[in-house]
Amino acid sequence: MRAATRTTVIRRALAAAGAVALTATACASSSDGGGGGSADGVVRAFWTDPQHPVEPANTNEVQGGKVLDMISRGLKKYNPSTGAAENAVAESIESDDQQNFTVKLKKGWKFSDGTAVTAKSFVDAWNYGALVTNKQINSYFFQYIEGYQEVHPEKGKPTAKTLSGLDVKDARTFTVKLNQKFSLWPQTLGYSAYAPLPKSFFTDHSGWLEKPVGNGPYKVDSYTKGQSMKLSRNTHYAGGDKPRNKGVELKVYTDQNTGYTDLQAGNLDVVDELPAGQLKNAKRDLDGRYINQPAGIIQTISFPMYDKAWQSEKAAKVRRGLSMAINRKQVTEKIYHGTREPATDLTSPVLKAAGGYKPGLCGDVCSYDPKQAKKLIEEGGGLPGGKITLTSNVDTGSHRQWMEAVCNSINRTVGRNSACTVNPVPTFSEFRSDITDRKMTGMFRTGWQMDYPLIQNFLQPIYYTDASSNDSGFSDPQVDKLMDKANSATDEKAAIGLFQQAEKRILDTFPAIPLWYQNGNAGYSSRVSDVKLNPFSVPVFTDIKVK
Amino acid sequence: MGRYVVRRLLQMIPVFIGTTFLIFVMVYAVGDPVNAMFGERAPDPATAEQLREEFNLDKPIWQQYVLYMGNIFTGDFGNAFNGQPVTELMATAFPITIRLAALAIVFEILVGITLGVLTGLRRGRPIDSGVLMLTLVVISVPTFVTGSLAQYLLGVKWGWISPAVSPAAPLRELLLPGLVLALVSLAYVTRLTRTSIAENARADYVRTAVAKGLSRRRVTVRHLLRNSLIPVVTFLGTDVGNLMAGALVTERIFNIHGVGFQLWQGIVRQNSPTVVGFVTVLVIVFLLANLLVDLLYAVLDPRIRYA
Repeated sequence: MRAATRTTVIRRALAAAGAVALTATACASSSDGGGGGSADGVVRAFWTDPQHPVEPANTNEVQGGKVLDMISRGLKKYNPSTGAAENAVAESIESDDQQNFTVKLKKGWKFSDGTAVTAKSFVDAWNYGALVTNKQINSYFFQYIEGYQEVHPEKGKPTAKTLSGLDVKDARTFTVKLNQKFSLWPQTLGYSAYAPLPKSFFTDHSGWLEKPVGNGPYKVDSYTKGQSMKLSRNTHYAGGDKPRNKGVELKVYTDQNTGYTDLQAGNLDVVDELPAGQLKNAKRDLDGRYINQPAGIIQTISFPMYDKAWQSEKAAKVRRGLSMAINRKQVTEKIYHGTREPATDLTSPVLKAAGGYKPGLCGDVCSYDPKQAKKLIEEGGGLPGGKITLTSNVDTGSHRQWMEAVCNSINRTVGRNSACTVNPVPTFSEFRSDITDRKMTGMFRTGWQMDYPLIQNFLQPIYYTDASSNDSGFSDPQVDKLMDKANSATDEKAAIGLFQQAEKRILDTFPAIPLWYQNGNAGYSSRVSDVKLNPFSVPVFTDIKVK
Repeated sequence: MGRYVVRRLLQMIPVFIGTTFLIFVMVYAVGDPVNAMFGERAPDPATAEQLREEFNLDKPIWQQYVLYMGNIFTGDFGNAFNGQPVTELMATAFPITIRLAALAIVFEILVGITLGVLTGLRRGRPIDSGVLMLTLVVISVPTFVTGSLAQYLLGVKWGWISPAVSPAAPLRELLLPGLVLALVSLAYVTRLTRTSIAENARADYVRTAVAKGLSRRRVTVRHLLRNSLIPVVTFLGTDVGNLMAGALVTERIFNIHGVGFQLWQGIVRQNSPTVVGFVTVLVIVFLLANLLVDLLYAVLDPRIRYA
């Protein structure tokens, strides 16, 4: 009797607690960001500790990239809204043969320590980034420059310290010789890996890492690792995009949710990593101060083209069938709340039509059509062995969720519940080793985050024979030839057209299923305005105005 | 007593070597951390090889362990992959977490034991059932729910506190996180104390004490409570270690850059030097806390003697 009453009381209490929790999440919209805050005109932004020391050739993720974007400027800069590469420090980059380039620098550029930006600042920085013993993660950016093999051999010690293709002519001129024709090469130079470095980087490296010095619109005032970085205007900055605020404070957060909560409480102005669980409500919670725009990331599912079972003409039909069996629209809406867009080519909307993005290039094969899908799979002789697996690491992102959704979609189409199964790999590193060792037998997740907004970057590293990220082992001499031709084209338009032909040809063989384009998301407080993301999903800090 | 302590300290050596080796093997067995450093792309083999060499990852695991232990004895815990020495991370993380854990322990002792004594002496009364029910609720609701809820209500909705703790983490800002962290253990302490008090209240020595004419207060505090605290002290002792390592959830919710967070980040980024270094220190903390508990037994219960 007594025991019975006690359990009811407890149950009631639990129900009450649950109700409180539910209301908390439900009424998360009532709060209003902004308010409070200091009036010093400084933007307070979300940050997490960069995974590597912040230096141009060693930063490959957004958090370090954010800093480099503010403190350094390369020869080119990508226009935040169009993605086009525009001259920054460069006055001109010219070539007659698409292989030998002459770079001229503008006058008057200085680092924040007052020293001048010269041709040597670039050449030294690039030589440093390319040299294998410096262990720079972005070394591969310099792979097209003549002499890369000598400073960065696959095995053994480097036989040279500097790239033979770089030559300083005078203080504001240097020449670059590439090891192949690459007409779009100047357009790659907006990436921060190509930033110039001041003398202090080479004379006092550890000191530079403690407090990086560059030629960008901001300079670092203080940097406490794991806590915060304070930046203010660089008075020596010679670029056109001078900051419209007094500075930026990057605050390290332990968790995206905490950052989001602090944004709602008005203690933070810009959060560019919204927690997945909040995407559904973010727009309403933040009163529309929410950004959802294309990022240069495409997600695909690849097939092991090195496996005999997938090489035949019939297997191509099965791959197309599988692609048509996936209901992309449903997954992007239900799981991602519109932060992904169904993909219809192999590039990204950030390129814009002028840069080579061509929606619908994939055609019917990328649209959901269960009947046709079933027919194609049956014509192709069915799934090899009657079933197929979809492999990915599941330690990051919401990979498990979408993989299950994709498999369900395939199973419904084929009419069998066990046709497609998810094969989760615990860590990304294990998954990566399996791919490198070519252990894949069925479908596996592949994604591509662009290095620079160029159609070349979405195709060549992935689909050229033996390219660095050609995980599926795809090889087609015709495709290689088209890309070579594109790279030696004199005219940018012609080059893009040739790349599109190559893309079309890749889609004919269909070694990978385009899934969706990923968007960049951000939220901001009512204290700031003019917040936008660049093609790399990094906030354009110089444009942000503080009220 | 002195010999006992020395013996215990000597016993710690094999335990220390065994646990650190296990952790080392486990962390390094997870996969190749160098792969993870290249983000979502195939690592460039030449750079990867250089990095493996730098972190000794190209050597057999036993050799890596020997090298690592050799360095530890010279005070070098290696560098995290972002180039920061692990000792530097420890120097910032441990003071914060110790502050947080100490705060939580204080809450547990003050609130938990008081409630335990109150309920233990008033078995079956409304206050007893009320507290019992509350502890059940606290134990059954996961920390991230209580934490996020408290943070949302106090930090965003009502704006009484700042939802995120600043990097310096002064004691004032740690009050709420400390309470949230303590809640579950606090409930256990309450229940342990209650049971122990209830059981000992009927013991002969308590009857004797009452018969001697001692005041109620003296009977409760000096005789009853002191003897009833043994299970509670055992629990608190192990909890010190748990609070330091297990504050992960609380630390992430409230933006506290402490040990739990560093461990979590180390695991996510496969930053083996950080993980092994922090766990090694935690192993020492666990061992010392256990020794302290064993010594406290003798203080609490005069019948226990160490020779």
